[in-house]
Amino acid sequence: MGNITLENVAKRFGEVEVIPPLDLNIEDGEFVVFVGPSGCGKSTLLRLIAGLEDVSGGRILIDGQDATEASPAKRGLAMVFQSYALYPHMSVRKNIAFPMKMAGMPEDEQKRRIDAAAKALNLTDYLDRRPGQLSGGQRQRVAIGRAIVREPSAFLFDEPLSNLDAALRVGMRLEISELHNRLKTTMIYVTHDQVEAMTMADKIVVLQAGRIEQVGSPMELYRNPRNVFVAGFIGSPKMNLLTGPTAAEYGAETIGIRPEHIGVSTESGKWKGRIGVSEHLGSDTFFYVEETGIADAITVRADGEIDLYHGDEIWLTPQEDKLHRFGKDGNRI
Amino acid sequence: MARKTTTGQRALITVAAWGIGLLISFPIIWTILTSFKTEAQAIASPPVWFNFDWTLQNYIDVNTRSDYLRYFWNSVVIAVGSTLLGLAVAIPAAWSMAFQPTKNTKNVLMWMLSTKMMPAVGVLVPVYLGLRSMGLLDTRIALVTIMMLMNLPIIVWMLFTYFREIPGEILEAARMDGASLRNEIIYVLTPMAVPGIASTLLLNVILAWNEAFWTLNLTTTNAAPLTAFIASFSSPQGLFYAKLSAASTMAIAPILILGWFSQKQLVRGLTFGAVK
Repeated sequence: MGNITLENVAKRFGEVEVIPPLDLNIEDGEFVVFVGPSGCGKSTLLRLIAGLEDVSGGRILIDGQDATEASPAKRGLAMVFQSYALYPHMSVRKNIAFPMKMAGMPEDEQKRRIDAAAKALNLTDYLDRRPGQLSGGQRQRVAIGRAIVREPSAFLFDEPLSNLDAALRVGMRLEISELHNRLKTTMIYVTHDQVEAMTMADKIVVLQAGRIEQVGSPMELYRNPRNVFVAGFIGSPKMNLLTGPTAAEYGAETIGIRPEHIGVSTESGKWKGRIGVSEHLGSDTFFYVEETGIADAITVRADGEIDLYHGDEIWLTPQEDKLHRFGKDGNRI
Repeated sequence: MARKTTTGQRALITVAAWGIGLLISFPIIWTILTSFKTEAQAIASPPVWFNFDWTLQNYIDVNTRSDYLRYFWNSVVIAVGSTLLGLAVAIPAAWSMAFQPTKNTKNVLMWMLSTKMMPAVGVLVPVYLGLRSMGLLDTRIALVTIMMLMNLPIIVWMLFTYFREIPGEILEAARMDGASLRNEIIYVLTPMAVPGIASTLLLNVILAWNEAFWTLNLTTTNAAPLTAFIASFSSPQGLFYAKLSAASTMAIAPILILGWFSQKQLVRGLTFGAVK
């Protein structure tokens, strides 16, 4: 079981309120991603759940039990840190065994679990090495191994992939998703990378300045962002946000249109501009269109084979049914 | 170091390094050489280098005139005792400053360091009078305490620097893994801090061993360590360089041997955590 409920949970550091009171429910077996810009409080929220920080108010329930005052050790959660936080003086085997040793588990059971974890994570050949002799990806796998052997009621991941290079990150992302599919244990995953959020999550929690801006499945957030912040944060490349007369035309303070929802033509369209930068990726082409008179630059996603380059004149037409309208307060109309 | 060096440059650097090394160690080498000369050869001009009559007579004389072992034992007690006592005080202090810093932690550290900026002679009279009225002059316990207090700022600073290198996330990981505070200290913190504690210990033993100001001023016979042993051979009746050198060699030999075998730890201590 791994049902986690936050009731009115708040955190203050001295005078500074990092997290105003918030409520959140995480169902058993869910993969929940906390996402937001640096300093939005997502890591603090995770540390509150872990018990590494004390709450300034509210309650944390784990499987219906009040765990607000419980020590991290008593909460039955396992955490994977950004820096891996392996014990440098212990071998991989001892690192993985450490939580079981602390729990006083019998040696043969420890050995069975270590072998199973090592096999699942491709670490069998490295069990007698020290963390210092491993690559970044292997270290991260050891950290995950140390977390799974405890069979925790939930896993907490604090930006676990941000120290890895891009290629490895994609690989580890898949491994963590597969792990979740196999174990079906609750996972709470903190990241500032919205691609990780979109690809891995069952449920995304978008945070800004300690407030929950929106909770929903990746596609809900993509299709129906509740406000300008979520609209700008979810999606890659970012949604184009237009203000002024362009937005007024649609009866809104701000309108948003995703790069993939704008049609491109060399002859006619709604907005005329000139291509500033063109990025040809093969599968797609991204244009950063300038001189439109409605915004500094409009990002457009076009067909990969399109034959237009820097300096070319271009016509853009937004798909009206994919347009997002936001009012004065930034909320969706 | 991706810079290219030619063979000529490397030779030049090697020669220069040896030159500087010899210059630094010259007084010690000269002292050791002199300790094997006769008194006449010790003050010969021009000086004799190696072609003298090697003799152990100075060592025999020094040992008959004074009890080397007693001085040696006093040095051991004072150096090791003050360092261990210092560690006992400094480990918890550095621990809390490194892992539970408050807004005044920096000020406390600066204040402790500032006590080292005062010349020791400035407090000699009050310390002397204080010890005299307590009847502690020329006792080992006074020397251990004074030496501990003298080196405490350095010990705390060194340990603080080491402890701060231990990433807090590793301690948090131990807490998440179910370790109690006691297990966290035994299985995670201490093993990671051992190299730092060891080099702090070594460096402070050496500092306390070589300290002469307080030991000379606060002891006469009973608690006198090897520094006093050396000083007793530079008497007003005239200097006996060969015997003085023999005494000095005997005084520095133990610490030199200790230093030789713990070079690696010492270098780490001296670079103060600057290089990981």
